Amino acid sequence: MRQAKDRAEETDESPRIGVFICHCGHNIAGYLDVPALVESARALPGVVWAGDHLFTCSDAGLAEIRAAIARHRLNRVVVASCTPRTHEPLFQAACEEAGLNRYLFELVNIRDQCSWVHMNDRELATAKARDLIRMGVARAALLEPLSEAELPVQPEAAIIGGGMAGMTAALSLARRGFAVTLIEREPELGGILRHLDRLYPTMVDARELVARRVAEVREQANIEVLTSATVQAVKGYIGNYELTVRSRQFGPEMELPVRAGVIIVATGAQEFKPFGLFGYGDDPRVLTQQELERLLAESNLPSPISNLVMIQCVGARDETHPYCGRICCLTAMKNAMRLKERDPHTEVYLLYRDIEVHGTHFEDYYAQARDLGVIFTRYTPDAPPQVADGRVLVYDELLGMRLSIPYDLLVLSTPPVPAAGARELARLLKVPVDEYGFFLEAHVKLRPLDFATDGIYLCGSAHWPAHLDEAISQALGAAARATTILSREQVRSSGAVARVEESLCRGCERCAQACEFGAIEFVELERAGVLYRPGPSLGQKIARVNPVLCKGCGACAVVCPTGALQASHFTSRQVTTMIQAAMGH
Amino acid sequence: MDNLPKIIAFACNWCSYAGADLAGVSRIQYPPSTRVIRVMCSGRVSPMFILEALRAGADGVLVTGCHPGDCHYISGNEKAVHNIELARSLLALLGIEPERLRLEWISAAEGARFAQVVKEFTEQIRQLGANELQAAGDRQP
Repeated sequence: MRQAKDRAEETDESPRIGVFICHCGHNIAGYLDVPALVESARALPGVVWAGDHLFTCSDAGLAEIRAAIARHRLNRVVVASCTPRTHEPLFQAACEEAGLNRYLFELVNIRDQCSWVHMNDRELATAKARDLIRMGVARAALLEPLSEAELPVQPEAAIIGGGMAGMTAALSLARRGFAVTLIEREPELGGILRHLDRLYPTMVDARELVARRVAEVREQANIEVLTSATVQAVKGYIGNYELTVRSRQFGPEMELPVRAGVIIVATGAQEFKPFGLFGYGDDPRVLTQQELERLLAESNLPSPISNLVMIQCVGARDETHPYCGRICCLTAMKNAMRLKERDPHTEVYLLYRDIEVHGTHFEDYYAQARDLGVIFTRYTPDAPPQVADGRVLVYDELLGMRLSIPYDLLVLSTPPVPAAGARELARLLKVPVDEYGFFLEAHVKLRPLDFATDGIYLCGSAHWPAHLDEAISQALGAAARATTILSREQVRSSGAVARVEESLCRGCERCAQACEFGAIEFVELERAGVLYRPGPSLGQKIARVNPVLCKGCGACAVVCPTGALQASHFTSRQVTTMIQAAMGH
Repeated sequence: MDNLPKIIAFACNWCSYAGADLAGVSRIQYPPSTRVIRVMCSGRVSPMFILEALRAGADGVLVTGCHPGDCHYISGNEKAVHNIELARSLLALLGIEPERLRLEWISAAEGARFAQVVKEFTEQIRQLGANELQAAGDRQP
């Protein structure tokens, strides 16, 4: 093992640590006694050189790090400056250029978490920075060089869900020259738009729009479409996923392997069917918005309709679905306007709790609906509308009156809920869903289109009810994110992953139970037991970590009763040493 | 402990450490009592680390992680809850006040909350006084 050999070679040497303390202009030096910090750093065990710099991240600062590594034969570098979240890669690269493994670098945060938050107490802030540097140096002495596996990338994408979001992402990638397999559960592409009439706020024809997009997909040579198809299994990792897809596209059900370097989830959402509410399911005059829209699109509505009542927030913002459905206000307004256009004599009542329209376009749309004569009536959740004998009884908040409205049709606005099978797909992909079953991104702001699992992305209403323009933007974004992987020949996995000290492993499998990523498997010990005495015997099952699947969270190291599982770069020894250093030991 | 307690604070890389950075970027002032140790996940914080911190002389231990459902590693923060409960029962056995250990969820967007948590916890530890283990001189290298 190259990795093991490297580690042995480099750690046999005693630590020669260089400490670089950054002024960050005035940001650090203005609030901390930097010369005193340099003095105390010089006295720390293992430190052979310490100095300060106006801006360590400048070209001159980085050059000084590289020069010092050579001049003082440094085998560990500590920079005390800002946050590793922004600057660690930069300093690591400088170390690497000077021939030092990037994992032998430690960044101590004396700005964001010290000088900037203790601006009024120079003495105590300097004392804290001194502790932080002592902790960083103590950890640095125990850092080990780690190696990163290089993985080839299969330049193909699998996109799950053939609605507008999935098709848009597929086209975007295909036009950049990548092969795409588009997997759709229904017999036809198009998703929810196939059943819609018009699209707010432009009132373009939904089915025309989607038909055009389907045609583009069908004409695109780089896209292979699998319909009537569901994902059955997912194996592999970033660059090399392998999906098993079951399809009835060609008649009899068959299982097809799909290889992909990246996966995009675009499974959309579906309308909640409110059985048991307001007579839905019993009274044929009670419909959902989508059912009404389908009748509008197919011109199958009964004529004439003199009274139509819509109720908003049915099954939404309550215990079952505490969230706002987001698209329902605009959908109701759209269908109400279509009804008014179709027959101005139709009275349309829209009973709402709150109107959620944002931005200028949608606010205008609301005004248009009012101008067309749609009657908006506000109710409160403690006095919800009631249905009896073909009439809706509702207490109008604003009028302070109880109204009794007869209806020919009663239309219920219900929130989108995750597509059927979303939870099962999440389980196969090992990606999270939120409490309602919508797919959950890696970070709401920093990585809104990524999953925490590398090489898997999401877009559209699979994530959260999205307006069509948002779904399309997200699809283009997810395709761009996917391209950052597909355009490379290789990706590097992190070196900071779990490892097993085989001589300590008893094969209890607690680590594997704690691992969310399936990164630990148990293999029979093949080498003779004499290697480890006392230790596991020949044929005993011991843990082995797949460094490509491991995310380095360290959960396995916590549950391991013998210390066989160690989280590299965050080993128990490294953490414990920092604790002791913090206390001045 | 003088007047300022010493607190070991574990912060997960993805949420709480970022929240602590945001407090800095926003220049929100809080007491210089904490010594932050960055870990990848709050689920990495072994009960042993907590005991070690108190044994080494820390007056309090703060563990911070992503809010439920936001964990970068799917369920690491749920594991943290379990680990902290375990640590608390060990503290009870050792006769250490359970209030010296605190678990908080702090997102990357909650800089003000990080500062507030440190302020409150520092005050709480100040009320408790110095950690008895430290006061008894039970310091080991």
